[in-house]
Amino acid sequence: MSTTTAHGAGQGPEVNDPVQQRFEVVREHARADGINIVHYEPQFEPGSKAERRMTRTVASLFLLAGLAGTAFLAIYIWWPWRNEYGSGPDKLYTPLLGLTFGLALLFVGIGVLTWGKKLLPREVSIQDRHEGASKAEDVTAVADTMSYMADELGVKRRPLLGISLLAGLAPIGAVVAAPLVGGLISQPHKNNQMFRTGWAPIEDDHGGRKLVRLTREDGTPIRPEDVTTGGQMTVFPGIPGGAKNLHADSPTLLIHLRPDDAQKAREANERERKNGYMWGNYIAYSKICTHAGCPASLYEQQTNRLLCPCHQSQFHIVDNAKPIFGPASRRLPQLPLTVDDEGFLVAKSDFTETVGPDFWERP
Amino acid sequence: MKRRKVDLKSMPAAAARGVDERFQVATPLRGLLNKVFPDHWSFLLGEIALFSFIVLLLTGTFLTIFFEPSLREVTYDGSYAPLRGVHMSAAFESSLNLSFDVRGGLIMRQMHHWAALLFMASIVCHMLRIFFTGAFRKPREGNWIIGSLLFWVGFLAGFTGYSLPDDALSGTGLRIASAIMLSIPVIGTWVTSSIFGGEFPGDIIISRFFIAHVMLIPALLLALIGAHLGLVFKQKHTQWPGPGRTNDNVVGERMFPRYAIKQGGYMLLVSGVIALLGGLFQINPIWLFGPYEAAVVSAASQPDWYVMFLDGSTRLMPGWELHIPIGDGYVIPPIFWPTVVLPGILVMLTIAYPFIEARMTKDKASHNLLQRPRDVPERTALGAMAVSFFLVLTFTGANDVIADKLRISLNAMTWAGRIGLIIIPPLAYYFTHRICLGLQQHDREVLVHGVETGIIRRLPDGRFEEVHQPLAQVDEHGHPQELPYIGWTVPKKMNRLGALGPAVKGFFFPIEKPVDAPVSPGHPPVSSGPDREEIGSGHR
Repeated sequence: MSTTTAHGAGQGPEVNDPVQQRFEVVREHARADGINIVHYEPQFEPGSKAERRMTRTVASLFLLAGLAGTAFLAIYIWWPWRNEYGSGPDKLYTPLLGLTFGLALLFVGIGVLTWGKKLLPREVSIQDRHEGASKAEDVTAVADTMSYMADELGVKRRPLLGISLLAGLAPIGAVVAAPLVGGLISQPHKNNQMFRTGWAPIEDDHGGRKLVRLTREDGTPIRPEDVTTGGQMTVFPGIPGGAKNLHADSPTLLIHLRPDDAQKAREANERERKNGYMWGNYIAYSKICTHAGCPASLYEQQTNRLLCPCHQSQFHIVDNAKPIFGPASRRLPQLPLTVDDEGFLVAKSDFTETVGPDFWERP
Repeated sequence: MKRRKVDLKSMPAAAARGVDERFQVATPLRGLLNKVFPDHWSFLLGEIALFSFIVLLLTGTFLTIFFEPSLREVTYDGSYAPLRGVHMSAAFESSLNLSFDVRGGLIMRQMHHWAALLFMASIVCHMLRIFFTGAFRKPREGNWIIGSLLFWVGFLAGFTGYSLPDDALSGTGLRIASAIMLSIPVIGTWVTSSIFGGEFPGDIIISRFFIAHVMLIPALLLALIGAHLGLVFKQKHTQWPGPGRTNDNVVGERMFPRYAIKQGGYMLLVSGVIALLGGLFQINPIWLFGPYEAAVVSAASQPDWYVMFLDGSTRLMPGWELHIPIGDGYVIPPIFWPTVVLPGILVMLTIAYPFIEARMTKDKASHNLLQRPRDVPERTALGAMAVSFFLVLTFTGANDVIADKLRISLNAMTWAGRIGLIIIPPLAYYFTHRICLGLQQHDREVLVHGVETGIIRRLPDGRFEEVHQPLAQVDEHGHPQELPYIGWTVPKKMNRLGALGPAVKGFFFPIEKPVDAPVSPGHPPVSSGPDREEIGSGHR
């Protein structure tokens, strides 16, 4: 570490060498800034064969980068890029762009790095850190000035000023925050939205109630015989936009249970005083997981379990969709079913429990 | 008229003088030119984050020109045939158009996504480096806090960006986010309703997330990154201990030209790798997921990797619902604990760690020298504990995929995660602590006895002993002098000096190369050893 070498290492100081003289000047400047350049040595003899080879390497890397860049431009302009169905050359457009662009950047990068790491002299410099606090003189100057300023303001002598300033500033701060926050605030229980879904019977002007049909995603109503025994179907409320995300809490799973399972489910329903929620062997549960709101849509027919793929909550279909494994704590709400005059499945009423993820004020 | 000769040689100097007379740049420039940076490969992890952030800004700007942040319903009529005629939001449609109908749009989208993943990954690696080497100690606690905030702001940036295309995955993520907000006691419904502008999903969330993702969060990131780098510059970088290195100096190379050139080349490398990833490796193929519909989800819906630990913690949480029997009764749902409380604790713990450690060790000094992880076994073991905690949660975030691919029961995976989360971190603590102590002991042994050579020698009295290569001078009895430990790598493999040539096979290299790192850029060449003589451990 103590050896100091500069250009022309090992040849002894050559006072007449202009390169050496300029380096000494730079080193003196650095020393004035608290930097001691203790080691400075070119990695190759200037003009040596090895240095020329390294120069050629860097140059060819830059040229390769130029080549890759040109290839990128050519591909960008002339390669067929419009998406066609099937496996045409357009499928190669993005990979080729990435390959040429990436290679161009890598070539320049490696070239620049080689230049810096190999062709520039190696150096070890030591700089002082000037640790710790500021100069004592500066600290006293700042402290004196600031305490003088505090005295001048006279908050200590005139406490009323301080108190009134604080009291005045608090509302001002609220004034700044109010429009920012206030505009966003939206009452969560507007239209009873947390407890109401698209299945609520439609009330017309004459006080009559029209029950909502179970429909497919395309809006067509469902007859009981459309679902085979042991089968299931995702159903949506038969109202305008019922299958759209506007009614994100309404998707429901309609299951046609096998007779013995249906018997168990009916008994479980009766225990919970949900008599008549099923229609025949048909049972319907909200598809929105009570844990995080994902669709609990993986139905395992043999074990009568419904699994939510997001966090693996599992619900027992024949036992009121009780959560039996995973992080969910609440049953899936059950939709009371019946069949209308025309033989289509309808919801007797809205869900009688809260649909979707849980929250603080859920009764 | 005589034409004045233009002196080309003096023109740059004249121009520079002109600039300086107006802006006085020489004084600050002098400080910049004469600034020494220490070097080590591990100091470059944070740079990857910085460079990926630059790529994120550039590609992201391109994306905003084509993206339409709106939930307005449209019918797709673009060039991707399988989705033609499907109803979707304008956000999803414009994301599809970016992928198929904008020239070079897909590579920009994919580069943006890859750069985001790399950004978060390099932040985490950088934080681990800082933690395990004690670089967060006084005077750098402030920068540690800024850095850990950068992780969480980056997390938010990632999540809002992930939500924008309104595909099936991002919609599911939003749905879960709304459930998490709903779970907050007392204010949950108000927060959710205010952010979504009503009940989930509403029709405004995408444009709100858009402005957050393209303006508010990047501005915050920029400000924090600026402060972060400014503090590194002001406080000067830490350095590894080594010959000539003290707490009061910086040993390295001046910022210009070599250090700056290396940084530039490094940035090009990082961008090049992102370009290769973006072009060659498909990521987030939203056209395969389809638009978000509340009733549709598929198995293996995984978030980006840096969110998976939260997904994992949510999966492991048992369904414990807290009832508060006041009035109509109130509820704290189980999802509240792993997704609100746990991240809250993680944020607070990371921010407070430098102060906790300083208090426990009663250490009030400033530290500019890094510590090798083995030299601070308790901290290293704590770090290993944290990493194993994170890994258990992250793997649990993919436990459905693991269960499926390896044909393991899903419920068994969940139980393994629950049990693993409790017992693996303490085990990691114990083993890391022991390994650190073992490594320390081995360092000391080598310093006292010399390097093990693997050469066994039989003594005249019939005993066998291993020959050690002395590291220092030997005294008159031939015993090597004991060397002090200076907190840096101790040679562990014999070198050629004094040995009989490269007969000994090492693990990867037959012969130890001189350690380059402490005086990294230009360690003066090691002086050649004495003439070869008979090998021995000094007991002659």
